Amino acid sequence: MPPLDKLGNNPPLLEVKNLRVEFPTRRGTLLAVDDVSFDIAPGEVLGVVGESGAGKSLTGNAIIGLLEPPGRIAAGEIRLEGRRIDNLPYEEMRKVRGARIGAIFQDPLTSLNPLYSVGRQLIETIQTHMPVSASQARQRALELLKEVGIPGAEHRIDHYPHQFSGGMRQRVVIALALCAGPRLIVADEPTTALDVSIQAQIIALLKRLCREHGTAVMLVTHDMGVIAETADRVAVMYAGRIAEIGPVREVIKNAQHPYTRGLMGSIPSLGHRGERLTQIDGSMPRLTEIPKGCAFNPRCPQRGERCLVERPDLMPAGSGRAACWLHDARGVGAPVKDLAHA
Amino acid sequence: MLDIAPDGQSPQRSRQFVHIEGLKRYFDVSAPWLVRMLERRPRQIVQAVDGIDIEIAKGETFSLVGESGCGKSTVARLVVGLYPPTAGSIHFDGHDMSGRRSGADNAALRRRMQMIFQDPFASLNPRWRVFDIVAEPIRAFGLAKDKADLEEQVGERLRQVRLAPADGVKYPHEFSGGQRQRISIARALASQSEFLVCDEPTSALDVSVQAQILNLMMDLQRRLQLTYLFISHNLAVVYHISTRVGVMYLGRLVEQAPTDTLFKRPKHPYTRMLLDTIPDLDMSGRQRSPVAGEVPSPINPPSGCTFHPRCPFANERCKAERPKPVAIEGGSVACHAIEEKRIPIEERSYTR
Repeated sequence: MPPLDKLGNNPPLLEVKNLRVEFPTRRGTLLAVDDVSFDIAPGEVLGVVGESGAGKSLTGNAIIGLLEPPGRIAAGEIRLEGRRIDNLPYEEMRKVRGARIGAIFQDPLTSLNPLYSVGRQLIETIQTHMPVSASQARQRALELLKEVGIPGAEHRIDHYPHQFSGGMRQRVVIALALCAGPRLIVADEPTTALDVSIQAQIIALLKRLCREHGTAVMLVTHDMGVIAETADRVAVMYAGRIAEIGPVREVIKNAQHPYTRGLMGSIPSLGHRGERLTQIDGSMPRLTEIPKGCAFNPRCPQRGERCLVERPDLMPAGSGRAACWLHDARGVGAPVKDLAHA
Repeated sequence: MLDIAPDGQSPQRSRQFVHIEGLKRYFDVSAPWLVRMLERRPRQIVQAVDGIDIEIAKGETFSLVGESGCGKSTVARLVVGLYPPTAGSIHFDGHDMSGRRSGADNAALRRRMQMIFQDPFASLNPRWRVFDIVAEPIRAFGLAKDKADLEEQVGERLRQVRLAPADGVKYPHEFSGGQRQRISIARALASQSEFLVCDEPTSALDVSVQAQILNLMMDLQRRLQLTYLFISHNLAVVYHISTRVGVMYLGRLVEQAPTDTLFKRPKHPYTRMLLDTIPDLDMSGRQRSPVAGEVPSPINPPSGCTFHPRCPFANERCKAERPKPVAIEGGSVACHAIEEKRIPIEERSYTR
């Protein structure tokens, strides 16, 4: 029986609880995603931001069930509309993926098959997930192409991916993700490979489609600008864990975790020119050498003795949550200054 | 020392450290001759750089921005001499780079300009130790008296980019992306260069690392009086680092101006469009207005002003006649609408 308090209010569309992703290697097991939990409400856009190697794409891949071996989900659970999907057999998951979850990847050229026309790829996807005839499927494919703003769709439907430009290709990929009317779209760096003027078009398109269809989006990107314009909430990841999660406005304007503050300061903005950018010295630790205690402690300007030994979990901070002892009643302990930088 | 006479030009020109005039570079991308004859196909020429003029003063940072395929990287490669220009001239500190001179004189000139590339994973030889990578330009130009001097110089360069001289024994793969880009900078500085051409030096890096590299580049510029030609597609980075900015579109410079002027009073419709696409991190609620259309192919660029198919202000003249750069407010802009005062120049509030 489901817990009573969940019946009344809106249940989350996606629940990720204590997710762990491991990579067994010859030199031991690498923990790439460590104890990550978050929810996405129906129609919500959750941004997941972090630097390369933070585990943001792996989290996305774990949700759509496309972790590349030897990577595997070692613990935790993923629930879509209350149904557990992380332990489904391959064929079952294949039906969920596409029908309930759509995926958009970074490079539109590699996510389309160069040997089939875009129409054929759309029709195949529609017929896989919906009981429709070939002509109905073609009709729907046409509507989708029009919806994502491809001019002359009647004519373009029979073109091959190489005949489209990068921005148009990404529109086709979005149409593919929308084929079966999914409830959730996992978009992994959807605008990174595109030029800035095309980026703005694609972001506007994603936002419009989500609003119109009530689709939730997990938007994985390293670009804080994209998050600021698109997301409702944002999760900042660092070394495989969520460092901070909260409403996007709060996280950007009033960051609670020292890493988020450093990250925001290091983005050149049009506000302050000629000054030095805030910089976080050092770089993110490799997975083989994640420090004890808080993973950010070697680079943190506010670290205390407690940060060196005890790992913080997410705790309430501001109007969101942050994994930092600064927000704990006991604090960080005595300040530590003279640590060598990584 | 350099003992060749400046190749007789006007005194005004020699005041500029780097002077580029009418620079063009076309690439022939035609099919092979036989295929062309059999299938009656015409030659195909990409006009990667189609006549640009740039002046860079000593100690300043000139940035070129534009979308992919606009020719900005080709300009970088032309300036350092990796491509010969199809037409036009490049003067460096008063010397015509295409002028004939002896190998030694040429080396003395080339020593003073170096390039930093985008991808620090590809631009460093993985089989060389960092010491040898940084020492190569010193050896090539014969700048070290003996082995001890060489070691001293390499150590100094590594210290300048905040690495340790002891890092010299390591190989590039032992470093992170940001550290590798520091090695690239150390190598570029090793020949005591004065002019660095940086082709998207931070685009492959994470933002926190990008901040480190940008800070380092600005520190080095102040300390060593360096001049930068900085190529980037990121307007926020360009705003942060440059003295002057040039905006490129399809091989042409559509606008150039001092940084503050360009961002406060952008003139060319393409510049305005590019500025509109900067993500709003201050959450001020400014609406980004996505512009329709994409960059056309440089093989068959549109007639007249190449921006006219996407330009909301285009008229018949824009379709037929190529606009010439017109000096305005300390910069120049190539746009008929601005020249005819058909569109007003507005203050923009991208900056605070």
